[in-house]
Parts: sequence; C-alpha cells; structure tokens
Amino acid sequence: MNPLEIGDDCLVLAQRLAEWVTRAPTLEEDVALANLSLDLLGQARALLSRAGNEDELAYLREPGQFRNCLLTEQPNGDFARTIVRHLFYAGFLYEMYRAHPEDEVAAKGVKEIAYHRDYAALWTRRLGLGTEESHRRMTAALDALWPFTGELFAADPGLREPWSAFVETTLAESGLAVPREARQRDGGRRGEHTPHLSELLAEMQALHREHAGATW
Amino acid sequence: MSLEEARALAAAVPDPELPVLTLGDLGIVREVRRDAGGGLEVVITPTYSGCPAMDAIREDIGKALPGARVVTVLAPPWSTDWITDEGRRKLREHGLSPPRRTDGPVALTLGVRCPRCGSPRTRLVSRYGSTACKAMYACQECLEPFDHFKEI
Repeated sequence: MNPLEIGDDCLVLAQRLAEWVTRAPTLEEDVALANLSLDLLGQARALLSRAGNEDELAYLREPGQFRNCLLTEQPNGDFARTIVRHLFYAGFLYEMYRAHPEDEVAAKGVKEIAYHRDYAALWTRRLGLGTEESHRRMTAALDALWPFTGELFAADPGLREPWSAFVETTLAESGLAVPREARQRDGGRRGEHTPHLSELLAEMQALHREHAGATW
Repeated sequence: MSLEEARALAAAVPDPELPVLTLGDLGIVREVRRDAGGGLEVVITPTYSGCPAMDAIREDIGKALPGARVVTVLAPPWSTDWITDEGRRKLREHGLSPPRRTDGPVALTLGVRCPRCGSPRTRLVSRYGSTACKAMYACQECLEPFDHFKEI
C-alpha cells in the first residue's frame, strides 16, 4: 500500500465530502457526509505523515505533485453522483485495507470504511429502487464515473475481483445495470489530473498559502 | 508518584466529547509507563482515525499529569469492546444506548434497546451522528430519539 497514493486519495475525497456540509439534502445526510469526510481525513493524516510532513504535503504541493486517483477529485455533482463515487471508492479502499492487515492504518481504517461501504450501498439501493428520477440520476452517475474505476486497480489488480463482486451485487439489488465497458481514464497516479483538482486545491490551500504557519 | 497512582489519574480524565465517561471507561488509555529517563509516558489510542478530540485529550492528560509525555498509537485498533461495564452503565444512565459486544456469543443482529423505556422496538435513523462514534436511532414505543454508540 503506497502511503502517498492512498493518503492523497483520502485527503482529496475528504475535501470533496466536506463541500457538502450545510448543503446536503437533509440534516442527517449533512452529518453523515461530514463524518465520512472526518474518517478519511484522519486516515489521510496518518498516511501522509508516513510519507513526509503532513502539512507540507497537503498545503504546499502543486496539483501535478498529487498522486490521488482521478475518481476522488471528481466534483460532487448531485447526491447520486456523490453516492456512486463513494460506492466505487469505499468499495476499493475496503479491499485495499483488508489486503494489508499488518499495516496499522489499514487495520484501523477497515473498520471505519466498512461503515462507509454500507452507507453507500444502502443509498444506492434507495435511489436505484426509489423514483424514476432517482433511478435516472443513479444511471447517469454510474455512466459518468465508470471510466475512472480502472485506475483504482493499476497497482494491485488482485483487488478488482472482490470489488467487482461487491459493486455488481449492490447494483443488482438496486435494480441498476453495471455500465458497459467504457474507455478508461487514468493519470492521477502520475500527477496528470483533471482540472477539477486545481480548483479543489485552490480552495483547500488558500488559507495556508496566505498565512503560512498560522494556528488557531 | 507511583505508576499505579499515575494510571488512576490518567484513567480518571473525562472524555472531552462524552464527559460522563472517563478515558479509562472508554479504554483509550492503553498504558502508563516510565521512559528511559524515568519520565512518565501515557500511551493512548484514538477511537476513530479522524477523532477531533485527540488534541484536547492530550492536553487534558497533560494537566492531570504535569510533565508526562503522551504517546499516540494506532495498533491494536480501538474497539467498543474495550468500553468497561462501568462505562456501559454510565452511557445507559445518560440516555445513550451502549455498543453491543462484537467479541462475545451475542450476535450483532440483536436489536438496539431504547435507553429510556427499554423497548427493543427501535429504528435506525442514520448510521452517523453528532460524533464519529454514534449512530442515530428512534424508539417506536416511547418515540424518543436517542444516540447509539456504534460497534467498531
């Protein structure tokens, strides 16, 4: 498990999820998404501290120096898009952590991510089986994010099989179809990102860049 | 100060987010020992990776045991099974449903009881609550909403 790659995944996805705070569809989901974000931020801090100085890595790197996968930097979109992104990513991170029980961040994180996976699967069922509108939005989200799933397994192809089993079972239970094979996109692990990462970092790093070393 | 006394002082520090419980009740203080130079060392572990109370906990231990060094470890990962019986009793008394055991013979599918009226007819409202460690439930008997300490 590469601490910079997985640490960046967790940091970027934590920032994305935090963007929902005060904007989620209901108060319960506002609280839930903030909690998902917090778990990932804690894991990011532990992993990035292993790769170097956590603050310097988070606040002082340029987009091209980040190693997160493209999936995690994709914008929140509607609630369906956020849920599908989390279904795909938490499904992957759960398998990654489970494959590394000797790693203390993974051994702790797997218990937290098990809840994330359940949360995303539960909402996938609700929205897939909900109304025509929620079903349509879920289908659109699946099609939009599917091209970013291949990159997850570049370092560890063995994780794909259990991930696929989880995703396929969840989608089948939700009345949703697995997207047809689409042209896959990658580059995040090499620092070649979509423009969305620059926007995310501009907001995340603004305070630290303006007031270096500031404390509360 | 003996190690025994230091242990008792560290364990008696209240949790900043759930002040009815002490760090000892929660199983957060893993060890109190002497380092090579004879100084006190308190080993703690976070409940969740992103627990925002860790800084406050370190500070509070420092106040209870001036000069002690606080060391944070992640392994073995904290489990709600480490919450003591005393801690569980206090949770119930304060209207929080204690976590079910994950290591015992009782299956996790066993329902969550309302801490107010004791009814097993409860409903999960959200798996996430006001702090990382809690889920939101509602009682279908007395209609009271309550927090459940979720198993991890």
